[in-house]
Amino acid sequence: MTVPQTLFAKLWAAHEIMLRDDGTSLLWVDRHLVHEGSHHAFAKLNDRGMTVAAPDLTFGVVDHYAPTRAREVAADIRRMIETLGKNAKSQGIRLFDLRDPGQGIVHVIGPEQGLTLPGLLINCGDSHTSTHGAFGALAFGVGATEVAHILATQTIWQQRPKTMRITIDGTMGAAVSAKDLALHWIAKLGADGARGHAIEYAGSAVEALSMEGRLTLCNLSIEGGARLGLVAPDQVTFDYIEGRNFAPKAGAWDAAVKDWMALKTDDGAVFDREVSINAAEIAPTVTWGTSPEDALPITEHVPDPADLPLNKQEQARAALEYMGLKAGMPLEAVNVDQVFIGSCTNGRIEDLRLAAKVLAGRKSQVPGLVSPGSTLVKKQAEDEGLAQIFKDAGLEWVDSGCSMCVGMNGDLVGSGKRCASSTNRNFKGRQGRGARTHLMSPAMVAAAAVTGHLADVRPLLEGRT
Amino acid sequence: MSGCTKIEGQAVALRQSNVDTDQLIPARFMSAPRSDGYGGFLLHDARQEDAEHVLNRFTRADVLITRRNFGSGSSREAAVYALVDFGIKAVFAPSFGDIFQSNAVNNGLLPARLSSDQIEMLIDTIGEGDAKASVDLADGTATIAGHAVSFDLDPVWQQKLVNGWDDIDLTAQHNEKITSFRAARFAAHPWALPAT
Repeated sequence: MTVPQTLFAKLWAAHEIMLRDDGTSLLWVDRHLVHEGSHHAFAKLNDRGMTVAAPDLTFGVVDHYAPTRAREVAADIRRMIETLGKNAKSQGIRLFDLRDPGQGIVHVIGPEQGLTLPGLLINCGDSHTSTHGAFGALAFGVGATEVAHILATQTIWQQRPKTMRITIDGTMGAAVSAKDLALHWIAKLGADGARGHAIEYAGSAVEALSMEGRLTLCNLSIEGGARLGLVAPDQVTFDYIEGRNFAPKAGAWDAAVKDWMALKTDDGAVFDREVSINAAEIAPTVTWGTSPEDALPITEHVPDPADLPLNKQEQARAALEYMGLKAGMPLEAVNVDQVFIGSCTNGRIEDLRLAAKVLAGRKSQVPGLVSPGSTLVKKQAEDEGLAQIFKDAGLEWVDSGCSMCVGMNGDLVGSGKRCASSTNRNFKGRQGRGARTHLMSPAMVAAAAVTGHLADVRPLLEGRT
Repeated sequence: MSGCTKIEGQAVALRQSNVDTDQLIPARFMSAPRSDGYGGFLLHDARQEDAEHVLNRFTRADVLITRRNFGSGSSREAAVYALVDFGIKAVFAPSFGDIFQSNAVNNGLLPARLSSDQIEMLIDTIGEGDAKASVDLADGTATIAGHAVSFDLDPVWQQKLVNGWDDIDLTAQHNEKITSFRAARFAAHPWALPAT
């Protein structure tokens, strides 16, 4: 009898070229995604006079510095985009540049183009590469030295992470989304709670999620410190993939699905750590501080640092000062200056649909930006009438890119300004120097827009289907 | 990268937890070529807002003592470049971001783990000042502000730091294995190739 295996163990074994005596594995990389920020890695490769080992498995996209308004850019930003163009051209890499109808955020277009598939090992020089794990792919972010190594060899040396299963059973309440689920577990376990682990998300609430929801959940794995996140592929996954650009075509499709069906954790397989969450307990959640672990249900109050464990008090005091919040005030009393909907976390079509459902027929009380996750998502949202809803509400509808999640393209939140944001990091200065970020789901961002303060989206959705 | 077995110098304490890579180097500086030097970008905004910031008071620091989850967040290796170019050779903390740790080792920066209690003891001893530090990478020990400690460091990373190994050179020795792995993988699973 064979020993029951985890999904993670199966994926690891399928990519292990060799295991060194010291416990480090050399892994085969099926897809390598690069972006403008990969310039350090290309420079390392060029310095050594090396070429890309597998240009057929390497794909480039302009996203981090992509301008979102009329495609006009400052000189240093243009230089970043041109450098990627030159590197892609000289190395024979397929590039989704600003003019490409497939352009978008790397973690949105991977799935959208059918580049992300179950069973693959996917690397990218971006921490949110964990997103692709939603397909049952081994996907993790790496730094520039490792990007250079993958460019040069199509392999990566890795030490095997420990395994952790987060099982979420039950039914999530109305207007509660994958974003709330992710913020909930990160608040519970801490921003380093899953450090050194590969997470598998399981349970009936995860199975019930759409592909978009699973992508959001896996995307935020890194915010809980995990190396990667995984969801076992199922019919939802296969239906999403079929017919996409780079997905297996007719002849190969059946063999692919047959292989993919085996990608699940065997009954009785043992994880290093198990966590259980009751889906019904999760409420719409917002962050109040400067780490994603600083998250609470919207019905709660800003915590008093004195009530927190001793080792959290200093951090909480600094966070409240930076965020300009008073201990004990209701979260719903926190006024916002602006809103942002977009990013690799929550810039997909379903995210825009949920936000539009709240905004339809209403006006935003504050200015805001909506940047779809890809050019294809943008087109679809325009075709479905969602773009018009955002515009009618008074929000700015712009092109696709990482935009205000990281501000590299100049889409910034001003110093001292408070932004309700569908993004992934509320770190100090993340959206701009001195910017105050509150993370939440796109529907909750829409609720903040129409009320002008952090708000529970549930009453705003009553009577809307 | 050349190997390193001993670090001698001054240690300072950064009394913060969750120092993420966005704080270590704000995104707006990352388009600069490395040859410009990244030291001035280290904790840029925090240092500019606080004249008394520890890295303003001590413009020479070799060892940083700090709290949990240091280097969490973005995979930007530029956060390590900023530390290294500033002159920092080792960071001691209870825990680090996973990607940050790999990036650190790949650039010769030691990410050394101590227990929270040990870190708090060192932070208390060093206070707002600086203190002498001496680190031995080969045997995993350090003396900081008069306290002798043993730190945790993965043996693989210890070897890499001590020997200054370059992964691309190491991997080149296995080219044949890689080539045959690729051929076997795509022969068995043709769907794993991007369809054209």
